[in-house]
Amino acid sequence: MAGGGGKVRTLDPRGRIVAVALFAVVVVSLDDLAVLAASVGIAMVPFLFARLPMIRTLKRVAAMDGFIVLLLLMLPFTTPGETWFALGPLVATREGGVLAIGIALKANAVMLALLSLVGTIEATALGHALHRLRLPETLVHLLLFTVRYIEVLRREHATLRQAMTARGFRMRADLHTYRSIGYLLGMMLVRSLERSERILGAMKCRGFQGRFHLLGVFRWRRRDTWFVALTLAVLAGLVILEHRHGLPA
Amino acid sequence: MHVVDGALSNEVVIAGGAIAVAGIGWGLRNLDMEKIPAAGVLSATFFLASLVHVPVGPSSVHLIMNGLAGLVLGWAAFPALFIGLLLQAVFFGFGGITVLGVNTVAIALPAVLVGVVCRRGAAGASPRTAALWGGVAGGGAILLTGLLVALALALSGDAFLPAAKLVVLAHLPVMVVEALLCAAAVGLVRRVKPELFGVVSSGRGVAAHA
Repeated sequence: MAGGGGKVRTLDPRGRIVAVALFAVVVVSLDDLAVLAASVGIAMVPFLFARLPMIRTLKRVAAMDGFIVLLLLMLPFTTPGETWFALGPLVATREGGVLAIGIALKANAVMLALLSLVGTIEATALGHALHRLRLPETLVHLLLFTVRYIEVLRREHATLRQAMTARGFRMRADLHTYRSIGYLLGMMLVRSLERSERILGAMKCRGFQGRFHLLGVFRWRRRDTWFVALTLAVLAGLVILEHRHGLPA
Repeated sequence: MHVVDGALSNEVVIAGGAIAVAGIGWGLRNLDMEKIPAAGVLSATFFLASLVHVPVGPSSVHLIMNGLAGLVLGWAAFPALFIGLLLQAVFFGFGGITVLGVNTVAIALPAVLVGVVCRRGAAGASPRTAALWGGVAGGGAILLTGLLVALALALSGDAFLPAAKLVVLAHLPVMVVEALLCAAAVGLVRRVKPELFGVVSSGRGVAAHA
């Protein structure tokens, strides 16, 4: 699932996760539009280093849930305040506009940082790193099993769909489609469960005694300390800017 | 739908996070290592189901299938659906980080609730009654999800009230589709492998059925 990586790959996954989490919390708490625009700029830095497929990633970041876009477009018209512009009978307010632009900037800044710093961690390493960051062991194993079987089941889903297509099935907005897709999902659940029985059998055959071992090895190096320190400094800078710049507004 | 970072008030985000942590913790409590393979494989199935688009009228929606997840996984739906949302956020850029708690509650809490109410019916006497309860679970879970998202928006400020109402309306067609899909899926499972509705959620391990 994870593509790219570039120079970001050389940093310890734990440091990257912590940095993004702190960045998200700070950015969400900011209000000043100029400072928020600066945080999008800051999030561009790891994004450029991560060498992610540029167009595809930017599309993903910009293509928020259709409903969220609608929500942002509605906000200027539903927030009380000073008139900004009027569209026929609808009056948009400056306050609502600021609110909507602020949300869009926050969401994009966090998403850029997340995709470039955490999205580039290999899924298994993500599980191990989260375990080191004190996520419960059961949850980590659930994550690892989920990640392991998504690709297997995706292929199985494609096979079943191909079989349906070969029999002339086409997606339409009708009852037949809904029933067929429902059967498809039900069948996938049944097959998945039977697969999990075979997995457990195979595990027991190899001496599974109710405990997994997480063997991920990470090495914290000096550059990781520098990276986290730099992140903290930048975040402190953002908070100070917000207080200097944002108060009169 | 996935709420993004920065849209909700701090109180709502924190409350969502706290409820999510409690729900995930409770869900993990019953999940011993013997059940992890079954829960993981099913969790992967629901992750894939959420990527399937089905046509509705002239448009299309992607599935959530949290009702079915609740029937199959019980309380384990909380951690399983959380992992799905985490992976979607990290690798696909859907949703956000600080709102992960709110998004998890909006999807997993309805799953657990309909699971508790409808499980007995879905494992019931005939495939026909099972399908009926499956439909109730599938539709009910989406309705509750819509209401919870609307509640999160409405609690975040009066400016969000019109959007909150729109969220509930937007979930209605999805509700009908998921009710039909879930009814078909449950009817099939009831005929082919009825023990599916108890493997992860009951006290017994998978081995008991193997």
